Amino acid sequence: MENNEKSGKLLEVKDLHVSFFTPAGEVKAVGGISYDLNYGEVMGIVGESGSGKSVEAYSIIGLLQSPGKVVGGSITLEGEDVLSKNKQEMVALRGSKVAMIFQNPMTCLNPVYTIGNQLMEALKAHDKNVSKEDAAKRAMEMLELVGINNVEKRMKQYPHELSGGMRQRVMIAMGLICHPQLLIADEPTTALDVTIQAQILELMKDLQKKTHMGIIFITHNLGVVAEICDKVSVMYAGKMVEQGPVDDIFYKPGHPYTIGLLRSMPRVDAESYERLIPIEGTPVDMLNPPDGCPFAPRCEHAMKICLQKMPPYVELGDNHRSACWLRVQEQVAAGKTGPAAAENKEAGDHE
Amino acid sequence: MSEKNDILVQVDHLTKYFGIKGVKGPGVQAVEDVSLFIRRGETLGLVGESGCGKTTLGRTILRLHEPTSGKIVYDGQTIYEHEYPFAPKTVQVKGKDGSLTEETTLVKKSVPREKAVDMLPYRRKMQIIFQDPSASLDPRMTVGEIIGEALDIHKMCPSKADRTGRIKELLGMVGLNTEHANRYPHEFSGGQQQRVGIARALAVRPEFIVCDEPISALDVSIQSQVVNMLEDMQQELGLTYLFIAHDLSVVRHISNRIGVMYLGTLVELAESYELNKHPIHPYTKTLLSAVPVPDPEVSRTRQRIVLEGDIPSPMNPPSGCRFHTRCPYATDRCREAVPQLKEHAPGHWAACHLLDK
Repeated sequence: MENNEKSGKLLEVKDLHVSFFTPAGEVKAVGGISYDLNYGEVMGIVGESGSGKSVEAYSIIGLLQSPGKVVGGSITLEGEDVLSKNKQEMVALRGSKVAMIFQNPMTCLNPVYTIGNQLMEALKAHDKNVSKEDAAKRAMEMLELVGINNVEKRMKQYPHELSGGMRQRVMIAMGLICHPQLLIADEPTTALDVTIQAQILELMKDLQKKTHMGIIFITHNLGVVAEICDKVSVMYAGKMVEQGPVDDIFYKPGHPYTIGLLRSMPRVDAESYERLIPIEGTPVDMLNPPDGCPFAPRCEHAMKICLQKMPPYVELGDNHRSACWLRVQEQVAAGKTGPAAAENKEAGDHE
Repeated sequence: MSEKNDILVQVDHLTKYFGIKGVKGPGVQAVEDVSLFIRRGETLGLVGESGCGKTTLGRTILRLHEPTSGKIVYDGQTIYEHEYPFAPKTVQVKGKDGSLTEETTLVKKSVPREKAVDMLPYRRKMQIIFQDPSASLDPRMTVGEIIGEALDIHKMCPSKADRTGRIKELLGMVGLNTEHANRYPHEFSGGQQQRVGIARALAVRPEFIVCDEPISALDVSIQSQVVNMLEDMQQELGLTYLFIAHDLSVVRHISNRIGVMYLGTLVELAESYELNKHPIHPYTKTLLSAVPVPDPEVSRTRQRIVLEGDIPSPMNPPSGCRFHTRCPYATDRCREAVPQLKEHAPGHWAACHLLDK
């Protein structure tokens, strides 16, 4: 694979809103999130089920299914507006520029076609003139790249003949066969065992170094995030509550949800027994989200204003921002007058 | 506590094979010759990858699966005993080119069952919490009926008032509202459904509960709530747990001792702290190093042992030590002889030839 050392912005998502129009009402699955991703960067998106992390990724690659709809914001990939593209243009974009790998490889591979067939199909979809021999050669190269041995035999096998880890490797090979710039990995290791998960993580790190692509890594496992990501976005109920470099998120978390998540996880290297400190309450009902900060009903520091108004983002450090009234309050107290702080001086009075 | 050394559950050479129709021989060798004991009031954790037989072992101890052979003793009473019914037999196999090769297969012989008691009285003492709460609750029964059914079977609440009172008490214990008794399982979130599953298990005042991956279907922020609740219940009711999970960090947190399983066999068993600090079996070492730690600094610096390959099929497990196909230190002896579980330090058991020196 060629090494195109591009740098700078690969993907820019601005104020993205995605809603699902269900019979029971509109579900605002993603409520205004923004971030950008550079070439060669791995961004983790962390959140519970239903926090909108997958929906957000599906809208980048244009796989959002009815009744889901992007209702606002913009997605720019390599300078091109993704949302304004029509169906055909999206087909051309998928695979060649953006690829996605999914949680459960068994449901994503076609059980009645051989591995080789499916890999070559991806190639042919983007290059009609490629000969069968060339396609087979490229497919075998890709399989070797993702650490599969005995490729000639594997090309003729069906998905059910492979193990879970092997299938996920095939998925990765299929995603990368057209050299995409951006790889979206939706919980790629969740269905795998820890030893296989370790193999796949090592493989993805290795491939990322070789290809210099950007990766969006969606997961709920903070351990995996620490392992592979450069920066992290923490999502809760469709909102991005905190975003920052991986070290800042783990060592200087600014949002009570992030703090709570980190505190509630038992660690395998803990020195002694410590009782876990859970986040009390249950996740938000997305049909009737609370006003204000979605985390407020479960937050131990919730103030009056938290229940009324969504907090603005506060810069906590280099590229590290968090949406929490507590942080706003601190900034006001410190006398910093950011654009948000000035507007929201009232935060300080609502204890 | 003087009770600490009191053994509640003891399992000797327990084996469970799942026969396959049309296939001669033992079929899937899910659990192979596992011996362990669980002390009263302790939590024994069981970890391993999927397909290693940890769930089968848990269910076989409760006799939800009838064991193939072995002995189960509960609170001093033997509830199951059966001799190993398979014998190795060497048969000559004709190859495609006509050459004869010798192959050893297991052939079943008929052995009369030595002991198998009626489980009903023991079901009151031994309960289970299942992995997937939505699949293990009957969608057509209300939560009250689900919990009440256990009480009815064991005739624990003769009067109706008693029964309703007990159901309410149980719901309160697991942190649900008493009005929830009239609702159906689908009206609850995953975490709440799991609480119903726990209330059902607790209804008959059991002594021993097999927790079969009780939290792996739950969201991260809910997992710790359930873990804490299980710990509280143990404290209050003096329960004994067999805690099965694939997440080592949770097992490490909740267990007094941990057993590590690989492909149906128990490879290491030790105190929780000891196992994490000084694992001696090569498989435990790799398993521990594969667990991602939520700390970027640690994951950048630590050395990871990445295993090659996948778990072999339990239908045709490797000879000798079942781990030898993936073990970086495997020798000829590992390929031939089955290592026995031996005590290498007080309370620290492992089955590995390399430790015999």
